[in-house]
Amino acid sequence: MTRTEQRTETAVGLPRWAFVPAAVGGLFVVLPLVAMATRVDWSSYWSLVTSESARAALVLSLQTSAASTAACLVLGVPMALVLARSRFPGIDLARSLVMVPLVLPPVVGGIALLYTFGRRGLLGETLQVAGVQIAFSTAAVVLAQTFVALPFLVTSLEGALRTAGARYEVVAASLGARPTTVLRRVTLPLVWPGLLSGAVLSFARALGEFGATITFAGSLQGVTRTLPLEIYLQRETDPDAAVALSLLLVVVAVLVIAATRRGRSPL
Amino acid sequence: MTLSFAATLPDRGFDVELDVAEGRTLALLGPNGAGKSTALGIAAGTLRPHDGHVTLDGRPLVRVAAGRTRTWVPPHARQVALLAQEALLFPHLSVRQNVAFGPRSQGARRRDAEAAADRRLEQIGLAHLADRAPSTLSGGQAQRVAVARALAAEPRLLLLDEPMAALDVDVTPALRQTLQRLLADQTAIITTHDVLDALLLADEVAVIEDGRVVERGPTTQVLARPRSAFAARIAGLNLLTGTWTGDGVRTPAGEVVHGHAPGEDLAAGAPMTAVFRPAAVSVYLDDRRGSPRNTFRGTVHALEPRGDLVRVRTDHLAADVTPQAAAELSLTPGTRVWLSVKAAEVDVYRD
Repeated sequence: MTRTEQRTETAVGLPRWAFVPAAVGGLFVVLPLVAMATRVDWSSYWSLVTSESARAALVLSLQTSAASTAACLVLGVPMALVLARSRFPGIDLARSLVMVPLVLPPVVGGIALLYTFGRRGLLGETLQVAGVQIAFSTAAVVLAQTFVALPFLVTSLEGALRTAGARYEVVAASLGARPTTVLRRVTLPLVWPGLLSGAVLSFARALGEFGATITFAGSLQGVTRTLPLEIYLQRETDPDAAVALSLLLVVVAVLVIAATRRGRSPL
Repeated sequence: MTLSFAATLPDRGFDVELDVAEGRTLALLGPNGAGKSTALGIAAGTLRPHDGHVTLDGRPLVRVAAGRTRTWVPPHARQVALLAQEALLFPHLSVRQNVAFGPRSQGARRRDAEAAADRRLEQIGLAHLADRAPSTLSGGQAQRVAVARALAAEPRLLLLDEPMAALDVDVTPALRQTLQRLLADQTAIITTHDVLDALLLADEVAVIEDGRVVERGPTTQVLARPRSAFAARIAGLNLLTGTWTGDGVRTPAGEVVHGHAPGEDLAAGAPMTAVFRPAAVSVYLDDRRGSPRNTFRGTVHALEPRGDLVRVRTDHLAADVTPQAAAELSLTPGTRVWLSVKAAEVDVYRD
């Protein structure tokens, strides 16, 4: 289909009345952000977002989100490949299990992580013996964020892999390319936009993570107190600072979404 | 024997034995769903037979007995290249990088692989497109590049799965000419339901119906004396052999036939064949010599029903006309007629 055809297509199957609830829905998303922006004390905005605790929280948030996005890529890309391309008994169950963190309340995720990696957890005791303590450390923040963000990367990439199909991979193999070469030179370049948007979504989800983090990692300034935790705490003592930091998170989120929108599939 | 193939797949009602000798091309003819693509899938390694074997140059690629796999060479290690209906050029690579993909994947250095790619593109006359993105090519160009890419991998066996099916009819002659030249010494299997492909590209034909080979033999023999219903339905092309005059084929009877000629330079006097379908031939009682047409004098020998049409056989040609036309012209054996076919409907090939 050419671009011209797309532009001249008429919207068959779009009833006029749908615009009304659609507009209400749009307002519902935008209005709270506007309301919050009206409360920002612009005169002291800069000093509020550059306070020592705010800067510590922002730096920690960006560092841990970057680390958990990397962890999501390392674990999630092979997971998406296996789910999209292989066939084995129980694959439907596996696909459902991967989605669990998406629907689980993050607090519950935090508790589950605590019983796995905590001092008395399933793996925690062994790790303790090995001299590794995870709970209430920066590593715990990364684990919590990875736990909740992983499904975003896996679903996004799995969808892209299914859309791309295996036909190019069959051709590449028939030309003598080993599976790893096919992955590197054909599969990943073809699903690059899906991979990118999955990574950005994971990053955004990690950046906003609160419940699992506070349960599993606690709230120690500079160690585990990420930006959402800082906002939550500031809300009690200094509402102006909370609003200023919230706006900062909104700006980061909007930038992240804008970045994903730019990627286009070569297909 | 280069390729020896025997496989069954009970779920699909597939039970086929084939073999292809070194440098020969086998055409698999048959209706849709007969099992042609299944055979290619088993040879390429995208399908696993329930029983059977595939052996290429004495090297077993697949050996399966009653569902138990004894030997399984993965697709990338088979040296079996696949060309599908669609070109499937990698959209993120340039034309040159696409053609260089096979050599690169097999360990060649980038410069060597790209030099090999340029040679292949030269061969098919598309060297000027080397730096283009696949999305900027026409369907016919893309499919020719796909041919070059498959051959650049230097496969022991090339599989072509209806390579013309997705193309416009007016670009198929160019691709067919390219394939005819490039498949000359290549061991290959081509699936098609176009008799022209079989005639011009294949040394041998196997007709598959309902998952079984119902007829096989040298192409000209199968098409001249078809025993299966499918082969009979598709055979019956008009063939005129002669010598190249510079812009047409002169038959021994002195007629000159114009049509789609090969893109290459041909010496006058080269032996050539002109091919066209009976359905493309019109029958007149008077001479309607128009510029784009080839016209032949003939005497009706026989009239045969052929589906909704009537096949008119003359001394050396056949035409399919509607029963109404046959009645209006009062065609009977012995009627003197003019047969006319547009040059655009005639394919001219080197013998």
